[in-house]
Amino acid sequence: MTAAPIIRVEEFTAGYDGNVLLRDINFSVSRGEVFVILGGSGCGKSTLLKHMVSLYQPMTGRIFIDGDDIVVAEGEQRRAILKKIGVMYQSGALFGSMTLLENVRLPLEEYTALDLEAMDLVARMKLKLVGLEPFSAHMPSEISGGMQKRAAIARAMALDPTILFLDEPSAGLDPITSAELDQLILRLAGSLHITFVIVTHELASIYAVADRVIMLDKRTRGIIAEGDPKVLRDTSDNPWVRQFFRREAVAEAVAETA
Amino acid sequence: MTALASALGASASAATLAVADGADGSRELRLAGRLDAFSIAAVWAQARSAVAQVPERRVVVDAAMVDYCDGGGVAMLVDLLRQERSAQAPVTVRGLRPEFQTLLDQFDPAALRAPAAAHAQRLNAVEEIGRAALITGRDIATQVAFVGETSSALWYAIRHPASVRWKDVGYLCEQVGVNALPIVALISFLLGLILAFQSAVPMRQFGAELFVADLVGLSILRELGPLMTAILFAGRSGAAFAAEIGTMKVNEELNALTTMGLDPVRFLVVTRVLAALVMMPLLTLFADMIGILGGALTMISFNIPILTFLREVDSLVNLKDLWAGLAKTPVFAILIAGIGCLRGLQTQTGASAVGISATRAVVSGIILLVVVDGIYAFIYYLMDI
Repeated sequence: MTAAPIIRVEEFTAGYDGNVLLRDINFSVSRGEVFVILGGSGCGKSTLLKHMVSLYQPMTGRIFIDGDDIVVAEGEQRRAILKKIGVMYQSGALFGSMTLLENVRLPLEEYTALDLEAMDLVARMKLKLVGLEPFSAHMPSEISGGMQKRAAIARAMALDPTILFLDEPSAGLDPITSAELDQLILRLAGSLHITFVIVTHELASIYAVADRVIMLDKRTRGIIAEGDPKVLRDTSDNPWVRQFFRREAVAEAVAETA
Repeated sequence: MTALASALGASASAATLAVADGADGSRELRLAGRLDAFSIAAVWAQARSAVAQVPERRVVVDAAMVDYCDGGGVAMLVDLLRQERSAQAPVTVRGLRPEFQTLLDQFDPAALRAPAAAHAQRLNAVEEIGRAALITGRDIATQVAFVGETSSALWYAIRHPASVRWKDVGYLCEQVGVNALPIVALISFLLGLILAFQSAVPMRQFGAELFVADLVGLSILRELGPLMTAILFAGRSGAAFAAEIGTMKVNEELNALTTMGLDPVRFLVVTRVLAALVMMPLLTLFADMIGILGGALTMISFNIPILTFLREVDSLVNLKDLWAGLAKTPVFAILIAGIGCLRGLQTQTGASAVGISATRAVVSGIILLVVVDGIYAFIYYLMDI
């Protein structure tokens, strides 16, 4: 924890159409850490992630990726930062008109000067890492949802990024597939020293993979807890945090929906 | 009463309501039987008016004889309870069985007094017009900005040809050009055929059938060939571009491109505009030829041989007319492909959004087409072409 953090988010405020969704967020992620952003539906987890990969512009604040502020970066500098990160989207977002191999090869085609044979080999090796090498020639529509997410991770790793962002990796997956994905994350984090930033609300997978979590809440529009998830579960005195980890319903929400 | 309701009403468990005035001056509503969404229709209005008739007296709803009550029945009870009344004349429910009482206790009748929140506030006409004008203004600004962005991306592509994904361009050329040949051929052949026939009939009265060749040649080469091809292109490929890019947007594929550091305009729009730029003039040339052929074949039945027809075309229509028509096609190509891609990029979320984008692509494409064609006509007039 003494090394300089690889991601630093400072005084970050974001929202849509003048409505503030997240206010004054500050946190940092250490190199090699599996860092999880969690919180209930609609609290802005995915929004925060999309700002961190510069899909959206924050209202105020700075987001440093390996020392460079991605909020103000433009042109070549921005591309240089983006080369260091890989993103897996909730739906996988594989390009439907390309095979898995072509999907993984695409970043290589755009950024490297490798010949086709070399790119194919790199792409096949990435697919091998996620256990999909036999499906190289398949189209995304021909494989299952869990496989699509693994393929999306392979594509996100094409340029060997230092940070991988995963948006809801376990959403819509059965517990076994979801656990396999957790194992994959741990294996990649352990062997390749990739820093993971994961957005999720699946408790099982949080306990399995997270070194450290931050928890967002839509009532305070900010971070309400930070630390090791098991410690938070056992010791947090914030009632909302306890409710989340113990899967208790909030009293007022029960009354509303009953 | 509907057949179903009357069938239910005929059963022993219909809802009944008896209104009586109690000894202490209160009004009593005695409900009995089955209170569900089907049976309560018969008694709801009656119960409501029985309550409204006595604004100054207490109302007791006696539900002791109710032997079934579900969500519908509870809604009727809540409706009676939520009526705005003075504190001296409350409405109370008595004798409801405990299991039904728990259903009723979940709701606070006073909280349901206000009408349901409207999803979107209706604006008055002036505000509507203002808002529509604002949206249109923004849309035009977006289109202008997009033209700029596309031009700069095209310029970059021309200076750095290696950056263009030529394989995609080739594939798109096949999609928008080669595969469009049958429909372009059919439409332009029929166009030439109909044009020749419609004009030959009246012109024969003056013995001027031969000049039909000039008419068909001139109008197809200068105007109808490029315009019809462009309209077909808008309906066929412009819509396809919008739908394809729109689906990519819905699936987050555009986000994926952006975070790879790949500009969607350069990656998706440039290839499509280039394919349109290559194929549109070729398709137009093809349409011109087939159209004139259609006219020539028609005139055989008016005793004008094909060679005579073609010689007549050649004598009056010259290369300048062909170029005047073809010169429009690159502009048409950029506009239609560009607007199709723009509408795709603008797609909102949801399944219906893609359909809306495709529709908007065709509509805006055809509007731009007609406007630009008018501008061309004016310029040609000024330049005496």
